[in-house]
Amino acid sequence: MGIQKTYEEINEKIRRGEAVVLTAEEVSQMALTASPEEIAERVDVVTTATFGAMCSSGAIVNFGHANPPIRMEKIRLNGVPAYEGLAAVDTYIGATACDPENPKYGGAHVIQDLVDGKNIELEAWGKGTDCYPRKHIKTIINKETVNEMILFNPRNAYQNYPVAVNSTSQMKYTYMGNLLPNMRNATYSTSGELSPLLNDPEMKTIGIGTRIFLGGTQGFVVWPGTQFNTSKPKNEFGVPVGNSATLAVMGNLKEMSSEFLQAAYYEKYGVSLFVGIGIPIPVLNADIAKCVSIRNEQIETTVCDYGVEGSPALGRVTYAELRSGEIEVQGKKIRTAPVSSLSKARKIAEILKQSILDGEFEISKPVQMFPKNTSLKSLKEIKGGEQS
Amino acid sequence: MKMQKKRYVLKFPPQSGDQPFSYHLVKDFDIRINILRAEVWPGKTGSLVLELEGTTTNLKNGIAYLQENQVSCEPLNKKITWDHVRCISCGNCTAVCFAGALQMDPVKWELQFDPEKCIVCELCVPACPLNLFKIDFRE
Repeated sequence: MGIQKTYEEINEKIRRGEAVVLTAEEVSQMALTASPEEIAERVDVVTTATFGAMCSSGAIVNFGHANPPIRMEKIRLNGVPAYEGLAAVDTYIGATACDPENPKYGGAHVIQDLVDGKNIELEAWGKGTDCYPRKHIKTIINKETVNEMILFNPRNAYQNYPVAVNSTSQMKYTYMGNLLPNMRNATYSTSGELSPLLNDPEMKTIGIGTRIFLGGTQGFVVWPGTQFNTSKPKNEFGVPVGNSATLAVMGNLKEMSSEFLQAAYYEKYGVSLFVGIGIPIPVLNADIAKCVSIRNEQIETTVCDYGVEGSPALGRVTYAELRSGEIEVQGKKIRTAPVSSLSKARKIAEILKQSILDGEFEISKPVQMFPKNTSLKSLKEIKGGEQS
Repeated sequence: MKMQKKRYVLKFPPQSGDQPFSYHLVKDFDIRINILRAEVWPGKTGSLVLELEGTTTNLKNGIAYLQENQVSCEPLNKKITWDHVRCISCGNCTAVCFAGALQMDPVKWELQFDPEKCIVCELCVPACPLNLFKIDFRE
């Protein structure tokens, strides 16, 4: 039985300014010469991070009531449709929402403009009721005028993600970037050995209630993300070789910064939001020390053909190979490119490390762990949509 | 003599379509021409992206010859702008840049742009999710 630390013991060290904190990349280097037991002795917290486009993101906003009041039953923010089925003046603006007439400016851009303190045109319509007599309003809102704005992302921080290639003779425009014909390029998305859920593949320390870095401030993991899947095949190092677990996260959008929350538009695909997430992993024991020591050459993912329906798998590569600039798939050498920002992810891991060292960020024990043995359902098409 | 290699964007007035400029650049000024990109519509303006290789004097004289014939000739690097302040170094542009002008620094993983390698294929313009590339090519 080796060392076993508690969350409270680590937090005590953080408060005393004595905690040893490394980034996941630093600990992977340390692991070349130190055993998991030695790492568990010497290191208290490891910071992980990612900065990628995460489409399943959005914000809850409460506008406050006008005089006379309106029950908003159709809502536009800078022309972008926002959800109208949440009481009178609450809304949810999804990152990928857009007006088809103006597809390059969407929900993610509204969210970024709100964060940047810019004025947003709010236009809303209602049928008029006894208690909400007004039928129309057109006004200006911003960060200061709204009551709350809360980032709530149902699916972020995918644990691993496939590499995208395109075997067809036509360019394919995807959320994994523009894929050149005839497998002339391959794109990959996660931050590899720095990526949060790749450093805790069994989610022994990450669960509901985990305090995280989100968009430039402190946020929380609030639930397993949608499409949370723990049934993907794992490699010999215990890492799933395709997209598997996910996180639902939440935080105060008013405190966030567009340095870590960036709207994006993908040609012939649509709008998305780059989200900066950093997660501290407490090194409670040698087992967790071993998990956070994982290196790019030990993390594998699946190469999928995005040009073909169903994105069939073509092979498996490591992140070390992906980072080298070239992979080999079915005997063909393919140039690689990232589509999420490793330099930003590193910056987040460093900021998180520093705020733990400064005693500003304490680790939190999950109030509930994530479910195990979950899998994915697909959408069945039932004829006529009728019950028989 | 020291040879120089430079890339230029040439713009042709509508009436110039029948003149063999490239022949004269080769024959009269001993300039090696590599055509990187061409857009020519008879009766309208045309543009050409060329890599010119020659001695400093010959390049200077060749360009002067083009300008005398109302063909504007500007160095390519002035025609490409990249808003590096807003760049998040995601790497999407490097996926489509087969000329190798846009590459990730393999240590810092920040985007590096080498205008000398750019062939103005313009694939980076729609590939950038933040729309940070502006190429002033057609005007």
